Amino acid sequence: MKKIIIGLFALSIFTNTIKAQNTEGRAIPAADLKTVEGKTVNSSKFTNDGKPIIISFWATWCKPCKKELDAISENFEEWQKETGVKLIAISIDDSRSSGKVGTDAKSHGWDYEIYIDQNQDFKRAMNVNNVPHTFIINGKGEIVWQHNSYAEGDEDHLYEALKKITKGE
Amino acid sequence: MRKIYLKTIKVTAFLLAVNYSNISFAQLNLTNLSNLNVGEVHGNFQADAQYYIPDSTIGADPAPEKMLMNGFANIIYTKGKFSAGIRYESYLNARQGFDSRYQGNGIPYRFATYKADELEVTVGNFYQQFGNGFILRSYEDRGLGFDNALDGIRLKYEPVKGIYLTGLTGKQRSFMTQGPGIVRGFDGEIQMNETFKKFADKNLILTLGGSFVSRYQKDEDQTLVLPENVGASAGRFKISRNNFSINGEYATKINDPNAANNYVYKAGEAIFLATNYAKKGFALSLSASRTDNMNFRSDRTASVNNLLINYTPALNKQHTYNLLSFYPYASQPNGEFQFSSEVNWKIIKKSEHKLDITFNYSGSNDLDTMRLNPTTDSTLQGYEANSYFMGKKVLLRDCYFEVNQKFGKKFKMSVIYSYQEYNNKFLKGASDAGSVTIYSHIAVVDMTYKIKSSRAIRAELQHLATKQDKQNWAYALVEYTINSNWFVAVLDQYNYGNTHKDGNGNYDKRTHYYNFSAGYNKNANRITLSYGKQRAGIFCVGGICRQVPASNGITLSITSSF
Repeated sequence: MKKIIIGLFALSIFTNTIKAQNTEGRAIPAADLKTVEGKTVNSSKFTNDGKPIIISFWATWCKPCKKELDAISENFEEWQKETGVKLIAISIDDSRSSGKVGTDAKSHGWDYEIYIDQNQDFKRAMNVNNVPHTFIINGKGEIVWQHNSYAEGDEDHLYEALKKITKGE
Repeated sequence: MRKIYLKTIKVTAFLLAVNYSNISFAQLNLTNLSNLNVGEVHGNFQADAQYYIPDSTIGADPAPEKMLMNGFANIIYTKGKFSAGIRYESYLNARQGFDSRYQGNGIPYRFATYKADELEVTVGNFYQQFGNGFILRSYEDRGLGFDNALDGIRLKYEPVKGIYLTGLTGKQRSFMTQGPGIVRGFDGEIQMNETFKKFADKNLILTLGGSFVSRYQKDEDQTLVLPENVGASAGRFKISRNNFSINGEYATKINDPNAANNYVYKAGEAIFLATNYAKKGFALSLSASRTDNMNFRSDRTASVNNLLINYTPALNKQHTYNLLSFYPYASQPNGEFQFSSEVNWKIIKKSEHKLDITFNYSGSNDLDTMRLNPTTDSTLQGYEANSYFMGKKVLLRDCYFEVNQKFGKKFKMSVIYSYQEYNNKFLKGASDAGSVTIYSHIAVVDMTYKIKSSRAIRAELQHLATKQDKQNWAYALVEYTINSNWFVAVLDQYNYGNTHKDGNGNYDKRTHYYNFSAGYNKNANRITLSYGKQRAGIFCVGGICRQVPASNGITLSITSSF
């Protein structure tokens, strides 16, 4: 009995800590990424002049990821007008398909910044299990919201969260 | 008795009080701590538990443990320029389909990194790829049980803007232990536009790179004199200009007799070339590669996916629909000639009637080589190339056509047709008694109907037609997204065309592989529960393939990021 209580106690401290951690935004961790043209960029340099950033992990072979990026793309102009947001799409394709990242993004007509995380260093640093995984970074550069997987209509929830974050809520 | 009871109440009350004060304490503390900047802790977690039910109709073997659970958690601490982390892994015991050498609990991954502006130092475990990976790629895919992380020291240095140098030394992970060989490597890359002012404002973006990797493993062979140090080197380039880009890599490896190449002393080489053109709404890409004797491992006796130092990418289209990847291709580092071409075209851009098409044609052949007569082959070269071009043996052909169309705001549909030729004998090994080549026609229809904001229903219908192997298959899936948190799905894969008969003349292999699943998603947490049968076969995700056995049972998966 005592063991169970102590166990529950430990667990509740653990979950409390996680909750507390989640409300505290952390900075974007540092990892080297490649642009589609082959330049190296470090993720710690991501900035949007005090406005929010959406970071979305995807891959050319991931259908739900592309559905999400397409759905965002349809209303992205309005989102930008409203919040000044910038979207950074991080592809986790390896060298088998990383050559198709730029062509895929262009043929879909996405107005996003595209980077390739070829050996998944950034994915590991951001603690991403599976794609799609989407984050919102507030104007101070802190990670304040995240969501794993995509279901129809999830872009509306993302937009609601984005508006709140822009207002500083 | 009463005493114990009272004591329990006291302990509970005390702990509750501490805990409640702790909540505010923890929160207060964390806000204060983050102001003081003592750093941050974050991580992710995954656990998969499977309860096995034996099923003789699909040949699912019973697991003596009945229930198997695998899980891991990454915990990373970051403070400014410093970060350190561990991964705790648990295999009690390895689930069916994973290598049984994954066993027990441990912390096989831990690292510490310090990054000043131009210098980054890592000690412990790390993952690294040079270029396209032809001579070095340490990589993980937890879902497939693949992990060849290096354990050692890595330095990254940017002496001048645009020049990137990486040096490393380490031993590779082999399941819960390490391989015997030592891996040393160096890579240099120069981004011309950043380094030279002359190039700075040019439309032409040029990047050049070169790398060298060497493996040391003691020669303990009684009969052969084996090279203890095996060196491999590679050079690469990438040029982009406006909508056009081209990149290539050439790699070579000195003689490296190993179990995977039947102990031949021939040197290895690989060449890769890819080019593409893309503008808004249209893209064309072409690529080709030739790989000859590039099996490179930190233990020359290792096999399958164990202790690979390098990676030779497969170039064919990566499929995710079940029946499209029924006959999956894995790249052949011992020898293959691959090509791939793809066109993406967005015909109607208007969002409500969006229409786009993809066409892909890709394939692979063996090399045009000649086996040398063992009596005259005094240097044990094994074989030699007749020409640099492809051989006559077709390993794979895939002709793929996809149409995606939106019909208004609520309904969208994808239609796919693919014709595949698959060299079953070569790719699955001579022990497979089936047909040499399997010719299949596969059709897929995927429809999504959005009922309201977060409620949608999706259906997948797939069909595979072939006269070889297990003949025809049909597949149907219905997935219902109740809201942004909950989903349920049901699928059935039916081998309706199987012509195998039992002693009484009845078709006995026309099996249904059904599966029910339900899932809950919130923020970065996901829980899924499924029940059903899994077909035996090779499953390929992210470019790596593994053999999974037939299984039947209940699976619970939990993933979380924090």
